[in-house]
Amino acid sequence: MIRAEHDMHKRRLSRNVGVGLALTAFGALIFGLTIAKVSENGPVEGYDHVSRPALAETE
Amino acid sequence: MTDATAITADYEAGFGDYVALLKPRVMSLVVFTALVGLLVAPGALHPFVGFTAVLCIAVGAGASGALNMWWDADIDAVMKRTAGRPVPSGRVTAGEALAIGLTLSGFSVMMLGLATNWLAAGLLAFTIFFYAVVYTMWLKRWTPQNIVIGGASGAFPPMIGWAAVTGGVAVESLLMFALIFMWTPPHFWALALFMKSDYKDAGVPMLTVTHGRRVTRTHILAYTVLLVPVAIWLALTSIGGPVTLVAAVVLNTLFLKGAWDIWNRDEGAAEADKYLTERKFFKLSLAYLFLHFGALLVDATWRALV
Repeated sequence: MIRAEHDMHKRRLSRNVGVGLALTAFGALIFGLTIAKVSENGPVEGYDHVSRPALAETE
Repeated sequence: MTDATAITADYEAGFGDYVALLKPRVMSLVVFTALVGLLVAPGALHPFVGFTAVLCIAVGAGASGALNMWWDADIDAVMKRTAGRPVPSGRVTAGEALAIGLTLSGFSVMMLGLATNWLAAGLLAFTIFFYAVVYTMWLKRWTPQNIVIGGASGAFPPMIGWAAVTGGVAVESLLMFALIFMWTPPHFWALALFMKSDYKDAGVPMLTVTHGRRVTRTHILAYTVLLVPVAIWLALTSIGGPVTLVAAVVLNTLFLKGAWDIWNRDEGAAEADKYLTERKFFKLSLAYLFLHFGALLVDATWRALV
């Protein structure tokens, strides 16, 4: 294990943390876009093993 | 590999060095104008999708900045203003700048297309191509009109923002393009007048070097005169309004006065007060663009509230 703190280690750490944060932000962006796009289309209707409101008989 | 060889003499880039590749200061103007183009456009975009669109435009602009730094490292090293950039100063290798530029270009264009529409994505791709290839690789070292035509790449962001919402191009978005396009030459030539030696040393054919400073002063005035009708016309379109019109009249009067003063004096007078008029004009040009687009935003907000 290296104990001495070299300036290069600081830059390497900043790079790793920066790339990590950028990737996390990208993941959050995809998630947010998914929510935004899906909610724009109104309620989602499932087709497998769930009740379908559109088929329910109304009286 | 042992621990002893882990530390080499070579500099390793920190994250900030990569961020500097994206020209953050240029990006701020891109973000602002793209945001205004997006907000004044008729129609609604989900706020998160709008945020993503502006982010993509900003990253795309940053990517073209990285490609510019990859290609221009040789002349950046010569000019005082740019010698501290990551590639010429040796903090980032040219290959890394190329890789980052290409990767971010691809991601920003694809993400903008998926989030909004492919016209907006196509415009962004064209903007990156125009800045990195047409301006950087071709025009910059070849013709003194480099910044006039190259200015088109800086003028696209509000048009992309507009296209992200409407999926099309309209006279309003073309006029926002034209405003930045006509504004760029006086803005840059004023800078070239007081940043004297740099371009000459680097062999970049700036107008000041090829045709002299007298011709440059005349060009500044000519382009400023041509800018005025564009600004007024924009204020009279559907996205304009009373605030934009007042801003256009006031800002263009000041800008014309500044250009007139620059045209009306010679190098002797400029040397005497250390290019005070030119420096003032350059500062005014920044305020001109910022306030013009700010006024469009105020009018759009007003229309939304009433």
